[in-house]
Amino acid sequence: MTRLPLAPFWTACALALLLSQAPASAQHVTAPAPTGRVQTNAPLPGQQGESVPVQADSDRARAVLEANRTAAEYQHAAREAADAGGMPQLDFANPLTIAQVIWLFVIFGLLVFLAAHYLLPPVAEVLETRRNRIAADLDAARDARAGAEAAEAGQRDSTARARAEAQASIAAAAAAAQADAAKRGEALAERLNAQITEAETRIGAARDAAMGALREAAADAAGALVQRLAGIDDKAAVDAAVARELAARNMGAA
Amino acid sequence: MAAEGKTIDALSQFELVPVLGPIGRAVGFSQSNAHMLLAVGLITLLFVYGMRHRAIIPGRLQSAAEMLYEFVEGVVVGQVGHEGRRYFPFVFALFMFVLFGNMLGLLPYAFTYTSHIAVTFGLAILVFLVTTVVALALHGRKFFGYFFPEGAPLWLAPIIIPVEVVSYISRPVSLSIRLFANMVAGHVMLKVFATFIVLIGSLGAVGIFGAALPLAVNVALIGFEILVAFLQAYVFAILTSIYLHDAVHLH
Repeated sequence: MTRLPLAPFWTACALALLLSQAPASAQHVTAPAPTGRVQTNAPLPGQQGESVPVQADSDRARAVLEANRTAAEYQHAAREAADAGGMPQLDFANPLTIAQVIWLFVIFGLLVFLAAHYLLPPVAEVLETRRNRIAADLDAARDARAGAEAAEAGQRDSTARARAEAQASIAAAAAAAQADAAKRGEALAERLNAQITEAETRIGAARDAAMGALREAAADAAGALVQRLAGIDDKAAVDAAVARELAARNMGAA
Repeated sequence: MAAEGKTIDALSQFELVPVLGPIGRAVGFSQSNAHMLLAVGLITLLFVYGMRHRAIIPGRLQSAAEMLYEFVEGVVVGQVGHEGRRYFPFVFALFMFVLFGNMLGLLPYAFTYTSHIAVTFGLAILVFLVTTVVALALHGRKFFGYFFPEGAPLWLAPIIIPVEVVSYISRPVSLSIRLFANMVAGHVMLKVFATFIVLIGSLGAVGIFGAALPLAVNVALIGFEILVAFLQAYVFAILTSIYLHDAVHLH
């Protein structure tokens, strides 16, 4: 997974290019030994004159030391290596090749130090703050939802309670109305009963009176008849006979 | 530098030259090191300037910095586990250093320090030393059991142990050559096709049209090189994390 599939192809390309330069290098008789230190007395081809300035005698020693590390030296060594068909990367005669590794460790060490102490902690802090903030906001949202749910439940509760109360009061009102109606009906019935009883009493009295009158009239009529027919005037016997006759017809008792 | 006397010179771009005048010459400070310093400066700038607001809602640079942070963190924690957090700055520095080295090298006139085997091998040796020291510090002498898996038949030891040792020691070699070869190959190809543009383009009116082809190839190559620059930095970081995993957990 890690290796680029084209890398071997590229490496082959690079090698082919290196090989294609080989004939050019073959024209040189010999490549100078890669010593890394070029003798200042030995003339550098075509570069000696411009890169080693003429120095005063007193500076001679320092100039020699200095000249050992002139740009010309590096360029010359690099050119030699390139002419020899080598890659500059493999030119370990050039002191810069190793020197850059020393500097690499210094500079990379600096980067690790900076990263560990100055570059990464702020990022970690920001990410942590953001995570906390999001968590807190989510908590707040959850709380708000719980509150809303509680409020909704309370509302539902109070609605149910109100409905129950309303129904209770409706039922109470209905019961009161019913009781009232029953009471009134009862009173009405009582009054009617009383009136009926009174009327019956009155009817009874009227009938009694009427019956009394009938008996007298019947006795009078019977007495008159008996006197006219038989000439007997026995009022008591007639009364008794009438009473007996009425009782027999179940009228005299009333 | 590209075409000197009608020849293709694809390798002189890798030559080391001292910079900073006589002081640089005295301490062997080459343009390679100058680019390393530039990379470190840019990384520092990205993180210091990008993170200056420390905003809850990040801006562009802060997003970039956070994305890089979380990407490398994911690599380290994903491979090593939470014990690996201690090594996160090291892997992060490696990833950024290689990534910026590769990316900076794609700019015209820039130098690619990751195209030097000495540099990549230096980094790989650093990884090798760090992982070995971590393994020794965490496991002491038990670390050497890494070279002989538990439960293997004893008579296989003369075969297994040398194989394991060689594979362990060849880690920095493969790690460094992979990055080096990728970078060199890419830059050589770029330089070769760039030379073609100049050579064909110098042929007059026909040549101008003919040069369009290598130009198109180079445009495609640059896109590909950006991919490779990122991929190789990722590979370097993830292999380091895998080695650290082995060091922390021993298999």
